[in-house]
Amino acid sequence: MRIPVESIHLPNGLHVVLSEDHTAPIVAVNLWYHVGSANERLERTGFAHLFEHMLFQGSANVAANEHFELVQRAGGTLNGSTWLDRTNYYETLPSNQLALALWLEADRMGRMLPGLTQQKLDTQRDVVKNERRWSVDNQPYGTWWEKLPALCFPDHHPFHHSLIGSMEHLSEASLDDVADFFRTYYTPDNAVLTVAGDFERADALFWIETYFGPIARGGPRPPLRDMSVPPTFGTTLREVVRDAVALPRCFVICRTPVFGSDGYYAASLAAAVLGLRTGCRLEQSLVRRQRVASQATAFTYDLAKGSDLLVVDATAHPEVSPARLEAAVLAELDAMHQHGVTEAEVTRARALIETSFVTGLQTAAERADQLSRFATYFGDATLANDQVARYRQTSAADVSALARERLGPDNRAILLYVPAEEPAVVDDAIPVEATA
Amino acid sequence: MSESGLSVPLPGSPARPGAGAARPYHFPHFVTRILSNGLRLVIARMPAYPVVTTLAVVEAGATRDPRDVEGLAQLVTRALLEGTRDMNALELASRLEMLGTTLDTGADWDSAIVQLTALSSRVDDAFAVLAEVLRYPSFPENELARLRAERLADLQQLRAEPRGLSDVYFSRLLYKRASRFARLAGGDEASAPRITREAVVAYHAEYYRPDATALMIIGDIDVEHAVRLATTHFGEWAGKAPPVTEPLDEQRFNEPRVHLVHKADAPQSEVRVGHVAIPRLHDDYFPVVVMNAILGGLFSSRLNLNLREVHAYTYGAHSAFDWRRAASPFEISTAVETAVTANALREINVEFTRIREEPVSEAELSLAISYLVGVFPIRFETTAEVAGGLANVEIFRLPTDYFATYRDRVSAVTAQDVLRVAQTHLDPSRLQVVVVGDATAIEASIAALELGAVTIYDPADADVDPALDVSSSSN
Repeated sequence: MRIPVESIHLPNGLHVVLSEDHTAPIVAVNLWYHVGSANERLERTGFAHLFEHMLFQGSANVAANEHFELVQRAGGTLNGSTWLDRTNYYETLPSNQLALALWLEADRMGRMLPGLTQQKLDTQRDVVKNERRWSVDNQPYGTWWEKLPALCFPDHHPFHHSLIGSMEHLSEASLDDVADFFRTYYTPDNAVLTVAGDFERADALFWIETYFGPIARGGPRPPLRDMSVPPTFGTTLREVVRDAVALPRCFVICRTPVFGSDGYYAASLAAAVLGLRTGCRLEQSLVRRQRVASQATAFTYDLAKGSDLLVVDATAHPEVSPARLEAAVLAELDAMHQHGVTEAEVTRARALIETSFVTGLQTAAERADQLSRFATYFGDATLANDQVARYRQTSAADVSALARERLGPDNRAILLYVPAEEPAVVDDAIPVEATA
Repeated sequence: MSESGLSVPLPGSPARPGAGAARPYHFPHFVTRILSNGLRLVIARMPAYPVVTTLAVVEAGATRDPRDVEGLAQLVTRALLEGTRDMNALELASRLEMLGTTLDTGADWDSAIVQLTALSSRVDDAFAVLAEVLRYPSFPENELARLRAERLADLQQLRAEPRGLSDVYFSRLLYKRASRFARLAGGDEASAPRITREAVVAYHAEYYRPDATALMIIGDIDVEHAVRLATTHFGEWAGKAPPVTEPLDEQRFNEPRVHLVHKADAPQSEVRVGHVAIPRLHDDYFPVVVMNAILGGLFSSRLNLNLREVHAYTYGAHSAFDWRRAASPFEISTAVETAVTANALREINVEFTRIREEPVSEAELSLAISYLVGVFPIRFETTAEVAGGLANVEIFRLPTDYFATYRDRVSAVTAQDVLRVAQTHLDPSRLQVVVVGDATAIEASIAALELGAVTIYDPADADVDPALDVSSSSN
């Protein structure tokens, strides 16, 4: 299953990707800016994400809240998201509204600052603080997604600090910060624009050149701080978090090869053998046979810089102690580290990943997002079409080798959530079993 | 609330473009066949991508749970995956996952579903497994014991989780105590242990019958192939299910009330506001959908613009109907910073009142209509989305031209219709407010709004009712 891909570079550096598909009169526009929380100054954590909110607040020719209204009035859906090393903005619309979507994206890429006011910044700052309260502070386990990178990347590493940011840093963000960030990172030469779905090539190119062509290339960008980390932690790191939670929950994280590398596909398959759907080891062993976990999954973070992370996430069965849960998870990692995986396990994992990949391609938004991802990280959108083949080329022996190198006790970070009222007893002799 | 676009672009900027000519869209053509045993087939060919979704809908939802054995319908759907007459749970999972697919099962109030999406090259094998699961589950006691324990784990998690807790309290307090809807669809600490293997086997035998089942087969498959598969695997399926009786759907309190669920030191309050409204199949459905889009269904809705973009009380505010065949809840939901909880409730009340008192503007009406009409094709890009849409036609007994006429019906709604349905179907005289938050910090300011008698609950109590009865007797 291959999707059509054409890449064009405008003179101002904008990387344009086109993927025509006339199945339904729907078109997706998807912009990735190669900037995320990794680019923030350490005294402005959360700023990349706050900035994303500001980009919906209007521009020279778009009033406050009009961006949302115009897309919805056109019959479209839209949103944006901020990640460690990229920020994306996307809309899916009836195909006769493509020009409007391109014009809106170009107006904010080229002319955001005339629309900026202190009041808009103050409002979005409070909205983001409420987003933080909602997703982190008032959620059981809600801190896991800032504690996990903090544990796995050293102080001052660009991935170490919180993406949603601290309340103090959000309070300090100024209009000057917004303007500087915009001028530095929101430039055509730091972006990928993908259009996928029902459009005529000549029309799309005309609108893209008309709207985006005049936007000036950006100046030099400050280089990212050093991303490199050793391939393993060199030890087992461990952090215990007492929280208002009902059941213990254990994350175990291993450093793994970056997204897109050969080793990444082995790590992705290892995660699937461990923790994808029902036939995986964690579900069969921890949830079903041993009944120490009420849920257990594993996944990769898909980081394309520095190091990727393979994450095991298991929540205890009622009455099971944190220590017993942790021991059971580690026993499964030990088993895979020492004995590798079977051909059948990898076949199962590959089959599930392949179906989910092909199923995902049914939406224009997903096709556009995949193309933008590969164009942003590797400069080559056509790599999106190689994903199934890359998984097929990865053998059970490759997965076993990855497990031998990366899943051992010298490469684990443990993040253990413990109910606040749980007695602080450490069981040090816990009988364990694991997948043979 | 909405501002018009600037008519003159900034010098040097290209003018905002209008829409091009719309390309026609048709909901995927589907055919319906009924086998001699009453099984309904709904088949649509979507050949663009090599995948097929098969979705079985069975009249075996949570409204069929026996009193005090709530959670049975949902447990049955989970237990379907625990083995068949010739495969244990692991063999069943392995068989499907080697085919690159997994079965998703579940039950809401009105129906149970069993669903899988497979590459079209593997559809014959995957379909055969789905049929085995529906017809010949083995329900091993050992796995049922685990599923009961996992339900108790879910309930424990729910008690610690403000979002889930607010949904639980809202739904449990909304309907009369004797209604099935006043108890959790998945069962509670009292009912889950009562779900015996005998009850599971009997429930499956009684309700999982061909005349109570509809099968959507959607994707890269032709009609005759789909019919052949269904006939081969379900043609001999026999038996009849008893007719559905709809549950009691009257609201419990016929006066406005405020229910505060205390979570000490909560940084936010989870807020739910609403009442029992209309059933899904209703003559006013389309004006009600447009009204809700304007009030709280869209990002650019009144509630979201007011609470988020004007006051910055929240990350988002929404309203929705939780559609069922019986009278369904209307619900406004948001999460706001603790200190502004009463202010947010006041603004919710302002918007709830305003939409009943004056017609919506032309700009608001046209925004809602053009949005709902425009996104219609976007809601049905995938085989699973089309299968889900067609399943709703079966579950809610919608007319067969529902999708063909959807956009015309939406477009026909007027501002007068919106006002009429807001006045008819939104009812301030019995509005219920549920807040999960720090009661010590918010009780006084909320009471001062005079939205109704205030009752405070402790989420550690297993039953929501004892506390209520104590306080309400003193009111």
